[in-house]
Amino acid sequence: MAHSAGLFLVDRIMLVTIHEDINDSDIVELQDQLAVKVHAKGARGIVIDISALDIVDTFVGRIIAQLAGIGSILDAPTFVVGMRPAVAMTLVELGMTLPDVRTARSLGHALAQLRDSPTIG
Amino acid sequence: MPMSFIQALIDSKGEEILEDWLATHHADGLTRRDLFSDAQGRQHAKTFFLALQSTLNRGADIDAFNLASDAWADVRAALAEVTRERVKRGVAPAEIAGFFLLLKYPLFDRLGAGAGTEEFSVVEQVSRLTRMIDAIAVQAMSLCIEERDRIIERQRTEMLEISTPVVDLWERVIAVPLVGTLDSVRAQEVMENTLGAIVDREADIVIVDITGVPTIDTEVAHHLLRTAAAIRLMGAECIISGISPRIAQTMVHLGVSTNGVTTRASLRAAVHDAFQRVGLTVVNAKA
Repeated sequence: MAHSAGLFLVDRIMLVTIHEDINDSDIVELQDQLAVKVHAKGARGIVIDISALDIVDTFVGRIIAQLAGIGSILDAPTFVVGMRPAVAMTLVELGMTLPDVRTARSLGHALAQLRDSPTIG
Repeated sequence: MPMSFIQALIDSKGEEILEDWLATHHADGLTRRDLFSDAQGRQHAKTFFLALQSTLNRGADIDAFNLASDAWADVRAALAEVTRERVKRGVAPAEIAGFFLLLKYPLFDRLGAGAGTEEFSVVEQVSRLTRMIDAIAVQAMSLCIEERDRIIERQRTEMLEISTPVVDLWERVIAVPLVGTLDSVRAQEVMENTLGAIVDREADIVIVDITGVPTIDTEVAHHLLRTAAAIRLMGAECIISGISPRIAQTMVHLGVSTNGVTTRASLRAAVHDAFQRVGLTVVNAKA
């Protein structure tokens, strides 16, 4: 897990980077750690960067949806950023349109939206 | 049989037969003077006939007639050349089949004339000739269809390429005007181009304009909504514009839910919306 994903707290926003070679057990571990850290540090937002991911399956899709769900329950709005065209197409083909997940084009956009949102912070 | 009657006939009376063949074309209205001159029409018939004549003279056995075999390669080539040339000029497939089928009658006439003089069965010769010429006509037909298929395929790919442009509308705003019908292949193409353009042009807003889409069915509607969903997943916003009253009605009747997708009646309204979202206003410079 240490090498296939990263968790960084910056300005009370939890940044999550997912690397290309992440496997199913890593991502489950990531979910655990994210919940614990967001809870412990009182993060006011989560940004998950999946720009390194070029292959997804239903499992990864579901985990991403769950990460966002965990975030919103812990009052930390969650953004998924940097999704590649091929990944977006695959998820849509699989019928996983992630309606409850917020998306942004890049980390910068997500941070700007988190900063601008009056309900956050 | 040292030399078949048919071969001898085609060899010795070639000129006559060719003339008669052309005359039957004329009588049956297959000359198509509107598409080519008499000389060209004659040239087509001659090309094919000479190939047939020389193939028979080289000893190709009409009893073992097989258009796909090496012995008949010249006939096959001449047939292909004549057929392609005629298809290109716009001759209908039925007329092309007729062109070759009519060669039977000049030959039959001469078989009848020679019936009393030679030791052979007319029925047998007729059946051989028929077999050969029918096979030639069938081959000509299938060449026609192949030729058309090729044209259709080429036009289809051309249409795919030209019909899915992505237009830069403003900074961070792109538009995808759709024209014509949207099948699965095109929908896929549209989605790929659009998502690629979001990355390349750093677009925040994508306007998918369907003013040029005449009708919509559940499949097309789902393609559109899937494109919208993929655009959202990439972090951009999608506005579907140009929805005619008829399409709005159809979508409601089909039970297609556009929840979560912004829809606008006109491209104008969508552009207004897009500008507002990226923080731009259009002002009248004269006012």
